[in-house]
Amino acid sequence: MLKAYYHLLLRDLRLALRSRHELANPLIFFVLVVTLFPLAVTPTPEALRAMAPGVIWVSALLAVLLSLDRLFKQDYEDGSLDQLMLSPNPLMILVLAKVTAHWLLTGLPLVIVAPLLGMFMSLPTEAVMVLIYSLLLGTPVLSLIGAIGVSLTVAVNRGGVLLSLIILPLYIPILIFGANAVDVAMDGMSVKGQLYFLAAVLALSLSLAPLATSVALRITASR
Amino acid sequence: MQAVMMFEAQALECIRDDRLLFRDLSFTVGEGEVLQIEGPNGSGKTSLLRIICGLRLPESGEIHWYGEPVRGNREDYYANMVYIGHLPCIKGDLTVMENIRSLLDARSQTLGREVIEAALAKVGLASYEDVPGKALSSGQRRRILLAFVHLSQAKLWILDEPLTALDVQGVALMESMILEHRAAGGSVVFTTHHGMQLDCEMRSVQLGRGARQQQGEWDED
Repeated sequence: MLKAYYHLLLRDLRLALRSRHELANPLIFFVLVVTLFPLAVTPTPEALRAMAPGVIWVSALLAVLLSLDRLFKQDYEDGSLDQLMLSPNPLMILVLAKVTAHWLLTGLPLVIVAPLLGMFMSLPTEAVMVLIYSLLLGTPVLSLIGAIGVSLTVAVNRGGVLLSLIILPLYIPILIFGANAVDVAMDGMSVKGQLYFLAAVLALSLSLAPLATSVALRITASR
Repeated sequence: MQAVMMFEAQALECIRDDRLLFRDLSFTVGEGEVLQIEGPNGSGKTSLLRIICGLRLPESGEIHWYGEPVRGNREDYYANMVYIGHLPCIKGDLTVMENIRSLLDARSQTLGREVIEAALAKVGLASYEDVPGKALSSGQRRRILLAFVHLSQAKLWILDEPLTALDVQGVALMESMILEHRAAGGSVVFTTHHGMQLDCEMRSVQLGRGARQQQGEWDED
């Protein structure tokens, strides 16, 4: 079972590394949005600092949203998804492998460049650290919840709007607590509450989202 | 000769887009049996095959594997069944070897390189191991699937239009593979619009309007 997880994860990583242009898209989007912001508003350090948590978190969230389509689309179109569903292994494990690959390829790069963008938005060091923690806890949740939405809409042509409608409401708590953690850290207050909340949501979605996704995939396939 | 019953479909009903495709369709597949699903376009052949392999749920009815209902007991069935559909399942960015490995990985089968190479040689893809999928013709992609079916060690093959895009030699290869599989006690359920000349006993299930063929123990109306 672990082997199946590992093999599928490896396959997805290999596939992504062979089409790198697609891989860079969410990262470029993230960096562009955050760097364009100061150009459009008064770029005083105070103003930037006040906006930074929100801007960085919203851009990260949208970057993940834009990349979600990749999660099951190709496998659905070439029939590989059918083969995964006919696997003697639990579909949940395979879904988890695909979501892990998705996070390693989109979420993790965002976490890695976020400190640079934080400094660019003149965030103090403590706030940058909290930004990293909050993204580290929050982006896997975005991938996990996103997978549920994608598995429901993968069979729909141009399901992008539908996908946003389904998952954006579920993303909002992550956005609020993630951005708020960074905000509070700037004021020098304790961020434990916000980070614990994000960790709790991560634990919850890690255990429930793969199950929901595999059920949704079976529904999609049965049409 | 009474073959050991392997697979049984009980009173299947399928409705697609408010159209009744079939109702009360029952049939069995025994060890070493070959069953062809026949019917015109749109008569529900693909839907039936997807129901048989559990990808699609029937409106009513049930499928059994060695007497056990498949629902709730997928692992055993899926470990012994292989399905190939219309879609190629081939990734353009992976090599032939990686493609076939990832198909086998999903079935939790780890095979040595030599075994896979031998299977590829059998389907006429010797020395193609490291060619990326996107460089292959559609017939060659289908041949990878034939190698996959051959390596799957599954007892039951479910083949949806396996002859699509295959040339004359490819068709002959498929036919000989089915005969070989049958001789080893395996079973095949397939659909095709191309003539498949199988030199063996074969049963058929007729789908589609006006079809009132009744053969053996299964019937359809």
